[in-house]
Amino acid sequence: MAVTVKLPTILRKHANNEAKVSAEGATLNEVLKDLESRYPGITKNVIAEDGGLHRFINVYLNDEDVRYLGSLETEITEGDTVSILPAVAGG
Amino acid sequence: MSTPRFTEEQVQRYARHIILPNIGGAGQRKLLDASVLVIGAGGLGSPIAMYLAAAGIGKLGVVDFDRVDVSNLQRQILHTDGDVGRAKVESAVEHLRAINPTIEVVGHDTLLFSTNVYDVFEGYDVIVDGTDNFPVRYLVNDATQFMGKPLVYGSIYQFEGQATVFMPGQETPCYRCLFPSPPPPGTVPSCAEGGVFGVLPGVIGSIQATEAIKLISGEGETLEGRLLLYDALHMDFQEVKIRWDADCPVCGKEPTITELIDYEQFCGVPARPE
Repeated sequence: MAVTVKLPTILRKHANNEAKVSAEGATLNEVLKDLESRYPGITKNVIAEDGGLHRFINVYLNDEDVRYLGSLETEITEGDTVSILPAVAGG
Repeated sequence: MSTPRFTEEQVQRYARHIILPNIGGAGQRKLLDASVLVIGAGGLGSPIAMYLAAAGIGKLGVVDFDRVDVSNLQRQILHTDGDVGRAKVESAVEHLRAINPTIEVVGHDTLLFSTNVYDVFEGYDVIVDGTDNFPVRYLVNDATQFMGKPLVYGSIYQFEGQATVFMPGQETPCYRCLFPSPPPPGTVPSCAEGGVFGVLPGVIGSIQATEAIKLISGEGETLEGRLLLYDALHMDFQEVKIRWDADCPVCGKEPTITELIDYEQFCGVPARPE
């Protein structure tokens, strides 16, 4: 499945400053692994050392937080949009 | 509902609200009777406080501890060149009174800590967060939840902004439902490190002022349960759902945080509510 991944500013440096990139996979885990293979280092702060998702960067499938779907096992449909969203504090 | 009573000056000043459907005299009366606290007189705090003053919020408070620096003026439109070096609160109060001399404007020249946040928040109906660091954001979230006050949230980084409304109590999400705890040091850069697109806080701050006015007037639909994401560089608006987390440490079924926390400063960001 091909999906669009929307990247926050802090991760764009890993992806030639692109705001949107493509990735493939049947589950969120596969999509993130594919993303990491294309842009090494990009998921370092998304996936924790224990293999789960960090809690200070959220991941959404379309408009839903993947924690309320299947977390990393969330199934992906062709054309979905995955958004990565870090906590931001500036004012 | 009692007939709204306005002075002749108020009828003229707020005429465009009073004739507006969904605000009207009754809505303007609510704004005049309301009190709102704006945290930070910086990038976000500037448009928030200026629009709320203009709208006739009866009592408008501003909290900041910092001084105006020339590098602030690229985005902090509440301050002018002649204010460089002054306390931000002093400059803010003066300019807000110039925008609307008929409302009460209160300055709180202080940093927010667990020891003073209740005292500062007391006496305000709505809290609007325009601070620039994680420790104060978590402090403000927890204090508003514990005090039962609505919180209008906004934050920015470089070209991107986020905004939403957090209502107190269970069944509605708070900031910790979204991000349960601050990020570890070094994982998220600070505003000062990354720079900020000057007009960005104008967009997000104006959205926060909009939400505060809607909370007070009771009209329309707020961002409660929805996180609005804005990318100025690509002019992209997006919305994602924020769900109440039954395991939230503050507003969940079995809260594990029941007292205010003063987080250590991190991410290279000093305690600078701006």
